[in-house]
Amino acid sequence: MTHHDIVIIGGGPAGLSAAAAARKAGIQDILILERDGVLGGILNQCIHNGFGLHTFKEELTGPEYAARYIAMVDEEKIPYKLNTIVADISKDREVTYINREEGLMTIKAGAIILAMGCRERPRGALNTPGYRPAGIYSAGTAQRLMNIEGYCVGKEVVILGSGDIGLIMARRMTLEGAKVKVVAELMPYSGGLKRNIVQCLDDYGIPLKLSHTIINIEGKERLTGITLAEVDQNRAPIPGTEEHYTCDTLLLSVGLIPENELSKGAGVSMNQVTSGPNVDDRLETEVEGIYACGNVLHVHDLVDFVSQEAALAGENAAAYVKTGRTGKEGRAVPLLAQNGVRYTVPQVLNTDTMEDTVTVRFRVADVYKDRYIAVYYDDKLISRKKKKVLAPGEMEQVVLKKSSFGDYPDISRIKICTEVE
Amino acid sequence: MEARNLICIGCPLGCPVTVTIDGDDISVTGNTCPRGADYARKEVTNPTRIVTSSIRVNGGAIARVSVKTKDDIPKSRIFEVMEEIRGTRVDAPVSMGQVLIADCAGTGVEIIATKSVDRV
Repeated sequence: MTHHDIVIIGGGPAGLSAAAAARKAGIQDILILERDGVLGGILNQCIHNGFGLHTFKEELTGPEYAARYIAMVDEEKIPYKLNTIVADISKDREVTYINREEGLMTIKAGAIILAMGCRERPRGALNTPGYRPAGIYSAGTAQRLMNIEGYCVGKEVVILGSGDIGLIMARRMTLEGAKVKVVAELMPYSGGLKRNIVQCLDDYGIPLKLSHTIINIEGKERLTGITLAEVDQNRAPIPGTEEHYTCDTLLLSVGLIPENELSKGAGVSMNQVTSGPNVDDRLETEVEGIYACGNVLHVHDLVDFVSQEAALAGENAAAYVKTGRTGKEGRAVPLLAQNGVRYTVPQVLNTDTMEDTVTVRFRVADVYKDRYIAVYYDDKLISRKKKKVLAPGEMEQVVLKKSSFGDYPDISRIKICTEVE
Repeated sequence: MEARNLICIGCPLGCPVTVTIDGDDISVTGNTCPRGADYARKEVTNPTRIVTSSIRVNGGAIARVSVKTKDDIPKSRIFEVMEEIRGTRVDAPVSMGQVLIADCAGTGVEIIATKSVDRV
């Protein structure tokens, strides 16, 4: 069986950044496996700008951002296989993949980096009543059809869900001459970034209806219209609030789900909230030598943070290959997400072996104003920072310093929570 | 004196900023970086946007090449710029950074490719 020091599953932003970082850390034998015909992943269809302000200090479009990392991988001559789909990953790090040239192959990896990204929640997951005509797309599918394959997706559009892809597509379809009639959001707040509401909806006078959902879909061959209704606190439609819209296209931007079938097969333990693997501060899963980063770990708002996180996974996988160093030795302290904090990544911090600083990323459960983000070591308050606004659509972070644990040799848990006063 | 509350679109942080306009005197508060002050000042005097779209490619590995305005253009000109972009066809190969429209809709701004498309 062929052996590679590091095998990276996925050649999108996470996989590319992990590969570049692992090479920089001195690993020669790296292989990237990518199921698409090109590297770059979802960035290839994200033709809008706003990428790279953190990483490159300039504003790039998705394809330009991807090109920077593809150039790094090319310059370093890191091998990759395109049109190659991974079928299975085993606990002892055997990777089985399929492509046209080699057929079914199994290779052995010194370390594996999971970088498969996420996929869109489909209509079937929504239980929306009505017919199943043509003209209903997930927002990302419409984005690909329009931006890469060059199709006109529709002319009269309703968008359900205010995730970033839905907002971006509202603008995109408007620019291409379509009429976007409304963006409806089930929750009382938007799931997208504030800047996207301003520059994608407000700029074009597209209404955003919060606490609204679709209660009927009409049209047998092609979509002809939908009925919208306001919902109450329990997200149940309120009778009498129905509004009818004629439209030929419905885009769904109702959430992203990390794509973890392979991770589960490898025996990695999964987090119920993130739908991604549980990881420690080295981004190592509970299976030794298997790391996770990017949207397969938890869905990000910003590719810049994906690149950062993936670079960390690449460095740690490299260290594991070279020295056998893992986070599994030493004091593993669980991170608890409480009182309005939905989850943390990582879920476990090793206070003995951690780097000087560890960035903990998390999301909050609701929109909060003038709340504090507090960190406790056991029951002792360590830090508290006031935030004007916290929203589920915007990822937050706290940085934990290794030096801060000096006074807490017997720490049993780290708590991250929001506080009103 | 007039005060306007804006969300900065300079980066994904989306800082809430307040612009106070007193004749020619414009002051900005709430921004967390110089980019925010620049954005807010511009937004109340001459709002501009980068426009991104795609152009049809003849004979390319994919049907469309993604493009952007090289600099920001006045917000009021977006649809004129889009009309010219939509009416344009280019031949593959296209390389990233290549100028596809020299002066788009009389704005003086170039439209450049944001990805490379091979010829097939």
